Amino acid sequence: MSGHSEHQPISTKIVISGGFGVGKTTLIGAISEIEPLVTEAAMTERSVGVDDRGERTGKTTTTVALDFGRITLDPTLVLYLFGTPGQERFVFLWDDLVDGALGAVVLVDTGRIEDCFPVMDYFEQAGLPFVVAVNQFPGERGFDADELREALDLDVSAPLVFCDARERESVKNVLLAAVEQAILHRVTRTGVAVPH
Amino acid sequence: MTGDADAFVRPFMVTGGRTRSAGAELRVEALVVAAPDASAASLRFERAAAVRLCVTPTSVAELGARLGLPLGVARVLVGDLVAEGHVRVHQASELSIELLERIRDRVRAL
Ligand SMILES: Nc1nc2c(ncn2[C@@H]2O[C@H](COP(=O)(O)OP(=O)(O)OP(=O)(O)O)[C@@H](O)[C@H]2O)c(=O)[nH]1
Ligand SMILES: [Mg+2]
Repeated sequence: MSGHSEHQPISTKIVISGGFGVGKTTLIGAISEIEPLVTEAAMTERSVGVDDRGERTGKTTTTVALDFGRITLDPTLVLYLFGTPGQERFVFLWDDLVDGALGAVVLVDTGRIEDCFPVMDYFEQAGLPFVVAVNQFPGERGFDADELREALDLDVSAPLVFCDARERESVKNVLLAAVEQAILHRVTRTGVAVPH
Repeated sequence: MTGDADAFVRPFMVTGGRTRSAGAELRVEALVVAAPDASAASLRFERAAAVRLCVTPTSVAELGARLGLPLGVARVLVGDLVAEGHVRVHQASELSIELLERIRDRVRAL
């Protein structure tokens, strides 16, 4: 027999990103089997100390909490979701989280659309396929897809989905859109005709 | 301040004081699996706990979460366990179209 894949456990991941407070943790929690949080040590600039004795570097170690979730797709296939830390000072952790991802979700809050621009730029530069998911908060004016595409400067071919990050079924559809985008990205890149 | 000092020292004990190891290139979602003949009996503390957890394939990030270790420390720990033959790591290279389609179908069926 092919001593291959069938019994080897395989894992992959989708990165969940977006501006501060847009619903990343909520989205991961809505579909994950586990409720995990892992930390990472991060060096950040320390404000210049008054008691500086000369040997200090001006850097200090802080701890960042990173959300992640797990979805067992079948006995040998696990999909992880990793949330990117919102604050700008932790952006250096992104490369590490994004490395090897099959794709990404960019969550957008229509009250603060511009928050997702740096995130979209990041994924475009990284060459990572992503789907824009509009997290609809109650009380916010509803925008239609055309208005949002315009505001996001999003091509008609780029996927845009609406979601409620608290609802499992809705989150599932967001992830499905991300995987479909990853497939499309791959097919396009390898020059194979896109199946309908 | 004592608590802070402990928190700082402990990871260095876990990793034997090294800051770089075979764990450096491990991805956060890489699955760690105990070697078929692995025995946690000869190992201590985090190393034993890690090998026990990995009887079921466990990602580097989950190991960190379960053991209360920062990601970077979990990576180094796994790197050491790999080097000593206690665990193996499965890390997917670029996913094939077939695998992407399998993921799509499974997500749809969730
Ligand atoms: N009504 C409504 N509230 C939401 C939705 N998604 C998130 N929230 C709320 O918005 C707040 C922020 O959500 P989080 O999931 O913590 O956002 P986050 O992106 O993880 O935030 P940071 O990690 O701080 O950047 C929480 O109080 C959520 O309960 C949604 O779809 N609808
Ligand atoms: Mg959060």
